[in-house]
Amino acid sequence: MELVLAIIVGFLYAAGIYLILRRSLVKLIIGLVLLGNGINLLIFLMGGLKRGNPPIIDAGKNTLTDPNIDPVPQALILTAIVISFGLQSFAIVLIKRVYKTLHTDDLDALNTTDKI
Amino acid sequence: MSSSIVIAPILIQAFVAILLMFTWQRSRFHRVFSVLGNILSLTLGLVLFHEVYYNGAIAFQAGSWVAPYGITFVADLFSASLIVLSQIAGLAVSIYTTTAVIGQRQRFGYFAIFHFLLMGLGGAFIAGDLFNLYVWFELIIICSFVLLTLGGKRIQIEGAVKYFTLNMLASMIFLTAIALLYGATGTLNLAELSVIVPKLENQNYIQLVAVIFFTGFGIKAGVFPLYFWLPASYHAPPIAISAIFAGLLTKVGVYALIRVFTLVFVVQGFNQQLILWTAVFTIISGGLGALAQKDIIKAFSYLIICHIGFMIAGLGFHSQDGLAGAIYYMSHDIIAKTSIFLIGGMLIKMTKSSQLSQMGGILNNYPRYAFLFAITFFSLVGIPPLSGFWPKIYLFRAAFLSGCNDGTRFVVIGGLIFATFITLVVMFRIWNQAIASKSEEGAHDDFAGLSKSQKSSMWLPVVLLSFVVLALGFGAEFLGQITQRIASELLDPAAYIRAVGIIVE
Repeated sequence: MELVLAIIVGFLYAAGIYLILRRSLVKLIIGLVLLGNGINLLIFLMGGLKRGNPPIIDAGKNTLTDPNIDPVPQALILTAIVISFGLQSFAIVLIKRVYKTLHTDDLDALNTTDKI
Repeated sequence: MSSSIVIAPILIQAFVAILLMFTWQRSRFHRVFSVLGNILSLTLGLVLFHEVYYNGAIAFQAGSWVAPYGITFVADLFSASLIVLSQIAGLAVSIYTTTAVIGQRQRFGYFAIFHFLLMGLGGAFIAGDLFNLYVWFELIIICSFVLLTLGGKRIQIEGAVKYFTLNMLASMIFLTAIALLYGATGTLNLAELSVIVPKLENQNYIQLVAVIFFTGFGIKAGVFPLYFWLPASYHAPPIAISAIFAGLLTKVGVYALIRVFTLVFVVQGFNQQLILWTAVFTIISGGLGALAQKDIIKAFSYLIICHIGFMIAGLGFHSQDGLAGAIYYMSHDIIAKTSIFLIGGMLIKMTKSSQLSQMGGILNNYPRYAFLFAITFFSLVGIPPLSGFWPKIYLFRAAFLSGCNDGTRFVVIGGLIFATFITLVVMFRIWNQAIASKSEEGAHDDFAGLSKSQKSSMWLPVVLLSFVVLALGFGAEFLGQITQRIASELLDPAAYIRAVGIIVE
């Protein structure tokens, strides 16, 4: 299972970076979304994949029941998803504004800021 | 005093921001409360600094969860001084924006977002946890996106696309590194990482993670091959917003680099070579970029990059003097860069242009202002006894005493001299063309038409920042002592780890 996830993570990273390097603004956003999903899966994978009990101490015991699951990666992923959701919605509004202002989807047309 | 003083300055910023959100569209109220909030927050920052200076690092555990399990906020001397400096810069910009950011932007919540940005900056400085640091970074970038695009001019939108993409990419690289580090150590608490990481067997893996961290923070700090978003976007928003970006945003990246590369990773061997060479190329490319620009704001943007190289070089030497120099330079740079951008804004008002060739006549028309501007100009060049000079002594001493190989060492020394020289050329070119040269137009500019209170809201922050610049220069002995203490705390993190409450076996 780790191998499958590792391949998926690698594929998402590759696809994300490929799309970011394209000239189209829409593809840029899709690339960032894919990259974000790849990272979430990577955190999930790095937390360790195993079947086990929830990390809650049962009544009458002092320790967790083994095998237990690390809750931290899930909390991290949840936070990361929320943050990337906010950023992505901003990005979508931004590209809409770019299109309305510049009437183009081509990143190469956005070069007035770099002229001396 | 209880440990909650650590988060007090940030809480004030949060409260002010929320208060301003509920009073949407009332811009007069916003202006008053923004300045008052910043004064209060600066006062609390000074209290925090006082506490930390006399009693050592303070840790605040959110919800009283014990250290590696909960969210930790730590204020050591490094964090506390940066909080004070960032609040000073925030206060100055806040006063400046009462007139300089036009009414429409203020009504669309400019001040509320500005306070959220200051909250994010403060939070990043006290985060004791890598994931928490990531969250603060995200808060900072989302606020800066809004500030950058507020107004929606073509140039802003174009700059925002570049700024957005590269900063989001940086956050993702940072998050990747967090995931990889978590997989190896099972913790993200900086103090605990500092104990665990050196004991791990697979140091090559840690090396890889360190380079990924360097890339992520490097984009944010604006180091050599990763800085292109910075000059593409910093001249786009109104000057006051650029000023806060220039003073603080890249410094957060440098802060994170210094924190992570002293506490968690070690700077030696490959890392040291990587950091030092990056510093050299940052210095050279930033300097040459500044020299090539004809627009003053763009030239200042490139100077930011050039001077980031100084701080990175100080980190690269990883010695007492190197870190002290880097931190001293950072303190100077936060204030001086904010000031120079505000000055840039005044110059544009006075000459109706940001192109060097069309500026001039300041010395004739506004001799007193020219004198005020000279303080910041000379300080950036590093003329003794102003604040840009002292950190360079530390950096040169660190370079001569460092243990890394001669080739790298002398290239860095050459780079530092080159950067100082380039800064001199750039600043004097701007001085000659924009300030000292004659112009026939006389006083018929946008500045002369402003009311007295509008004028004072522009020069007051510059005076405030100039005083701080002078204090940083003339108080070199005190500053030197503080930065040396910060450097020794960074090199020996035992006190930091003890303050957080991690037990070292």
